[in-house]
Formats: sequence, C-alpha cells, structure tokens
Amino acid sequence: MSMMKIENLQATIGDKQILKGLNLELEAGKVHAIMGPNGAGKSTLSKALVGHYDVKITGGKILYKGKVINDMDAQERALEGIFLSFQHPVEIPGVNNAYFLRTALNAKRKHEGKEALNAADFLRLMKSHLEMLGMKSDMISRSLNEGFSGGEKKRNEILQMLILEPDVIILDEIDSGLDIDALRAVSEGINKMKDGKRTFLVITHYSRILDYIKPDYIHVLKEGRIIKTAGAELVAKLEADGYDAIEEA
Amino acid sequence: MANEGLSQAVSGEYALGFEIDIENETIEAGLDAQTIAFISAKKKEPEWMLTLRLKALQKWESMTEPHWAKLEYEPIDYQSISYFSAPKEGIDSLDEVDPKILEAYEKLGISLEEQKQLAGVKVAVDAVIDSVSVTTTYSEELKKHGVIFCSISDAIRDYPELVKKYMFSVVPMTDNFFATLNSAVFTDGTFVYIPKGVRCPMELSTYFRINAINTGQFERTLIIADEGSYVSYNEGCSAPTRDEHQLHAAVVELVILKDAEIKYSTIQNWYPGDENGKGGIYNFVTKRAICEGENAKVSWTQVETGSAITWKYPSCILKGDNSVGEFYSVAVTTLAQQADTGTKMIHIGKNTSSTIISKGISAMKGQNTYRGLVKIGSHATGARNYSECDSLLIGSRCGAHTFPYLESKETQGQIEHEATTSKISDEQLFYLQQRGIGEEDAVSMIVHGFCKQVFSQLPMEYAVEAKALLELTLEGSVG
Repeated sequence: MSMMKIENLQATIGDKQILKGLNLELEAGKVHAIMGPNGAGKSTLSKALVGHYDVKITGGKILYKGKVINDMDAQERALEGIFLSFQHPVEIPGVNNAYFLRTALNAKRKHEGKEALNAADFLRLMKSHLEMLGMKSDMISRSLNEGFSGGEKKRNEILQMLILEPDVIILDEIDSGLDIDALRAVSEGINKMKDGKRTFLVITHYSRILDYIKPDYIHVLKEGRIIKTAGAELVAKLEADGYDAIEEA
Repeated sequence: MANEGLSQAVSGEYALGFEIDIENETIEAGLDAQTIAFISAKKKEPEWMLTLRLKALQKWESMTEPHWAKLEYEPIDYQSISYFSAPKEGIDSLDEVDPKILEAYEKLGISLEEQKQLAGVKVAVDAVIDSVSVTTTYSEELKKHGVIFCSISDAIRDYPELVKKYMFSVVPMTDNFFATLNSAVFTDGTFVYIPKGVRCPMELSTYFRINAINTGQFERTLIIADEGSYVSYNEGCSAPTRDEHQLHAAVVELVILKDAEIKYSTIQNWYPGDENGKGGIYNFVTKRAICEGENAKVSWTQVETGSAITWKYPSCILKGDNSVGEFYSVAVTTLAQQADTGTKMIHIGKNTSSTIISKGISAMKGQNTYRGLVKIGSHATGARNYSECDSLLIGSRCGAHTFPYLESKETQGQIEHEATTSKISDEQLFYLQQRGIGEEDAVSMIVHGFCKQVFSQLPMEYAVEAKALLELTLEGSVG
C-alpha cells in the first residue's frame, strides 16, 4: 500500500533547480533509504516533503495518503503525521523542552479530536522513553536543544518522534556526528516505532546506519532524480563501487 | 516566507481601551500658581505642602524639557493639559464608590471588594483614577500589623512627619524636568510604611487608570521599609484608547533601611497608540530607591508593554554596606512605540552588589533602547555588578539599541556586562511548526523563552498576568 507518492517532482532553492523530475513511491510499513552523493538533492527532498520555506515546488506532485499536499503548510503536514528529524536541530533558548513537547503533542491530539494530556500523564510518557534513549532526566527540563551536544540533539529528535507517533518519519542524516552508543540508542528508538504501518525515509551518506535500521528499499538519488531502486543488497555494491558506477535503469 | 505572517501576528491588540462612563470634575487646562493652589485645596493639604509645590513650580518654569533620550515625539504643550480630574461621586469609602468604577475595575481584573477576594491570595489595592485614589482595600487589616497603606493625599494629612522626612529624600524636588513638574502638580499615588521587623502579610498594589480626556496623570508614590521589614508591592496601569496623546509623569521613591527589603513590580500597559503613532500615553517616570542601611535590598521588576513613549530608569542608590540592588526588565515595543528605558546602579557602600537583566523585544516599527549606568564610588570597595542586556527583533522594521555607561572610581570593583541581539529566526519558527505548533503559538513560545529570567522574578499571580499581556500585545489580530 502506498503511503506517499512523489510524481515528477521539480523544486528550486533560490534560483537553483535541485529536484528535476523525481519519482518515488513510499510504501506503508516499509523502510526506504535514500543514498546519494553530496549535492544530489537529498536534503531538498526532505525539505520539500515537510513544506520548508526554502523550497519552491515548480512542478509535479506529492501525494500523501492519496491527497496532493503541494500547497499544504508545514504545520498542517506535521499534524497530519509527517515528521522530520532535522539534520541540525535549532536551539531555542528559554523554552523548556518538556513544555515544548507537551504543546506539540497536545496540538496533534487536538487535531485528532483527542483530549489534551495533562502534565502528570505526559511526564510519565516522557520518562518511559528517556531511559531507552539513554537520556538524563534533566534533559527534559533544559531549554530546547540549547547547549545540547550533537548526540543529545539527535536523541532529542528521536524522543520527539516517539512521543508524536507520526505516520511518515523522515530521518535526515540521523547518524551524522553520533558515536556508537548514541547510534545504537537512536536506532533502538527508531526500530521501536516500526509497527508494519509506519513509513521510514532514511536519508544518509553512509551505510553505517543501515546496519542498525534494516532497509527494505534503497533508492539512489543523483542530480535531482532517483536513478535506481533496489533491495538492501545494493548497499554493498555502493560501498564497493561508489555512486558513479550506478547507471540509470 | 516564514516571516510574512509575523507582522500580522505582532500587530497587537489593546484590550483595555474602554472608557469608564462616570462624571468627572476636571479643571481647565493650564498650569500656574492658581492651578497648584486648586489641587492643594482639593486635597485639603496643609500649608507646608502648598509651599513646597509652589517652590517646585517656580523651579520648573526655569527648566527645559530634556531631549537626550533616543525618542522622537511631538512637542508637549504643558498649558493644554488639565492637571486635575476626579470622579464626582463617592470617593470616601468603598460603600460609596460608584458601581461603575467597581465594575470597571472588575473588567480590568481587579476586585475592590474585600469579601470577593477571600478565596484567593489576598492583595490589597489602592485604586487611582485620574487624579484621585478612589479606594484602598485592606487598610484596616494592615493597620493591625502597623502597616500604613493609604493614598499619598491621606498620608500628607495623617502622617506629616513621615512624609516630611522622606518625600523628596530619594528623588529631590528638582531632580529633573519631569520630576519637578510632578513635585508641583502631583495628585494621588500610594503611601506605604512598613514598621521595624514587620513582614507585610499580603501583597500591596496600586492600579492606575487614566480615564478622563485631555488630562495628565501625575502620581507620586512613597514606600518606606523600616529596619528588618519586607514588602512586595505591585503596580499596574491602563488607559482608554484615544486619538490624542496623554502625559503620565510619575515619581516613585523607595526608602529601604537596614536589613529591609522592597520588591517592586510593575506591569505597565498604558494605551500604546496605533500603528501610525496616533494617540498613546507619553510615559515620563522617575523611579528611584535608596538602600539607606546595611544589608538593605531592593529589586525592581518591570514588564513594559504599553505607552507610545517610555522614558524610565528605575534606579538604586546602594548606600548601606552590603546592600543589594536588582533590576529585571522586559520592554516590548510594537506598533510605533518607542521605549528608552534602563536603570542606574549607584554603588556607594562597601561590598554592594547589583544585577541588571534587561530584555527588549521589538516588533513592527517599535524602537527599543536600553540605557543603563553602573557607577562605583571611591569608597565602594568590593562592589560588584552583573549586567545582561538582550534584544529580540521580530521582523525587519524595528530597532534595538543599547547604551551601557560604566563609571568606576574603585579599581577593585567588579563589573561584568553581556549584551546580545537576536532575531526570531525562520529556522526556529519552522522547527516548531514542523512539530505541529502554529505560527502564533511558536512566536509566543520563543518570546516567553526569551523573557523567562524576568518573569520568574514576578509574584506568581502577576507572572501569569504578564504572560497573558505579552501574548495579547504580540499576538492579537490573527486570531
């Protein structure tokens, strides 16, 4: 079953054409990995999917659960279940991490017609995830991402994912800057979210993360288009021969 | 792109712009010795007070309005202002307060009926409309603790010795142009005396309301904390939406004796005028505290969201050894508002210490200036100051300016100053939106985060009010 379908997507950042007719179908319950050289358009793709202000869609369609979302704003896409784990999460001084997360969760619950979660229940929910992610409990009372190390920021992204329970999870370079312990904790969080329904889009330079999160499909993105789609076995070939050896199918 | 909706989100909304429909007695515009005599007579003042007022007037007539602040405004015609206006009926006891006034104060969120307050935390209120104090709640209960809480007019009649001793002792009669004007024409304000060793059993507050058209408000407040005492005092204010500018020139004097402490909080919400600078209050205020004795402590916390023009520098004279002065400020300028505000920390005693935390927020065409002086005298060995001035810009039409002045005659003094200017970035907004938080909520979350250090200084119930006010000031029109 299709979760997201991207048809002939063309997008610019500033004056530069980055995506040049990209086609990609993401299946429900599957892990899709996007690999490609620097500057291929990996980050632009993830930004286009979440409605980032930098990206202008100049052609093609993004279908999510059967609906075209090209014109849907960023907040609405988030509330509808599309989540991006940022490559570089921004720091917001003075905003309490727990307060932020509860506001986000309750915005989503309201959107779904559910009652708001009170502070005590929320705290319980949050604490249940902290240990698994190897996060210290003071992380939730600190300011959002402020002064966090690279690893702490990424763990915090995953904490948000666990709490918001999105349907499509886009992980932009989740493994960059992570040591092996952090990588393991983050992967464990991601794997916990696999339920046969959610879709994962793992955007990465390196195959390392794919040892922890087993992909169902590998897509090679080059010069603004997907030039090859294959099973997990493609990883080894890419490792051995590099992107230049991949010819468009 | 993300910033497009911002200017809409910060266009502000003034919720307290209603007019109280009461009959006022207002004297004709103009200022001369007769005006002063009229005010003094209205307040049934003793002769000595009138003499002082006339002295101030004489001095004021020889002074010129200062223009060193980074403020631009139309010239003020002091002869076109009416210097006294009072509700005609019922200002002697609560039973006689015009129900319309009670209703208006309810609308402002302040209950003037003691019995109605019993459920929550007790807050004693002095309610001042235009030139008079209409009522003071809990005065009797406070009296049992020896605490005097009354209007300054009552104090001049009932406690002349205290008034003579302390009025003009912190802000001299001819301190500056606006303070001198106030000394001549001041009408009501609050008088507080906390006796030795008494911890004031409740929060004290004054709510100032400018209501009449074409009048100015010139209140004078004097608070004395005797040795070892403590009081937390809060003031709030608002005014109707009018096309004309109105002048507010107040003076506040705080005297803190040995081992005593005053915590003074202000939530300033005068009518700010519109986006084109039409209407709004001109707020020229002199506030100063003196830590007279050892270990005295004073703390000014202000949240300034209103006024077209703000000129205000709550200051601390740290005379007693080991005395402590603090200044926590959030100043918001949106629409066409301009604020030039800050503090002065004058270190005279040994081992005195001061802290300045100033947060300026500018949006739309707002201009926000921090101006602060830290002065360390030659005997102030071991004096310490820490200053932090942060500015937050929302949009691209506003401005933030910082003028810190440091003067140290004592080489051992320790002065630390930090300043930052930041913008609400598209990136921050997008991050919150990607988590399902709407633009307005995202802006207010970032702004609250920025103000946290200051809000945490306010008494609980006022912190809630300040947050709500900030939200209203910066959100509003979108929804």
